[in-house]
Amino acid sequence: MKQVLVQRENFNPSTGQSLLEALSPGAIATFTGLVRDDGGMTAMILEHYPAMTQVALEGLADQAVERWSLSGVVVIHRYGTLHPGDRIVHVACASSHRAAALDACAFLIDQLKINAPFWKKEIRADGSASWVEAKGVDDLAAERWG
Amino acid sequence: MTVRLLYFAWIREQVGLDGEEVTLPDEISTVFDLVMWLRTRGEGHAQALSDLSLIRCAMDQQMVPLTEAVTDPCEIALFPPVTGG
Repeated sequence: MKQVLVQRENFNPSTGQSLLEALSPGAIATFTGLVRDDGGMTAMILEHYPAMTQVALEGLADQAVERWSLSGVVVIHRYGTLHPGDRIVHVACASSHRAAALDACAFLIDQLKINAPFWKKEIRADGSASWVEAKGVDDLAAERWG
Repeated sequence: MTVRLLYFAWIREQVGLDGEEVTLPDEISTVFDLVMWLRTRGEGHAQALSDLSLIRCAMDQQMVPLTEAVTDPCEIALFPPVTGG
């Protein structure tokens, strides 16, 4: 079971959890990323490349399913205008055993950071805006999966 | 060869366009050649594409290195390093 959603609207992490529980997998690992409440930031605009995003995320989900023999995977990524505390991304992986579920979940989050076509712009209270710069540490995190 | 170019994030802002259709001169064989040629199209293009270390490319929605050959694709996107997740 693979579900990949790219959407403007909020999502409920328990929806993916329920989908995967229905597979009776033994273990489910989930991750939810939120907009950090960094000092002064009032909004974050997430731009993406619509024609590519779905394909890129499905490709990553397929890699995780194959590598860890997952019984199910859910990936949800939002775009548009978000605010501190809002959910941005959700990953849930179901497997027979905890190690595979946890590793696949970490793999997907690391890969999303460097292989999914999203760009974050931060808007501050004074009206100024700046694009978030990619971090070298994210490349290193993704590289550890070989 | 005519291709559809797309720009994203600050590259889009600095170029001043979401995208454009361009007819490529025959001497363009790689994405790198394309970027060099685009720099000559205007101040915005030159500014947006000035630092090669900050340019990433997708050809027909697949990430490719700047050394990739441009072989009659439909769509080439240029954008900064991604910051999703």
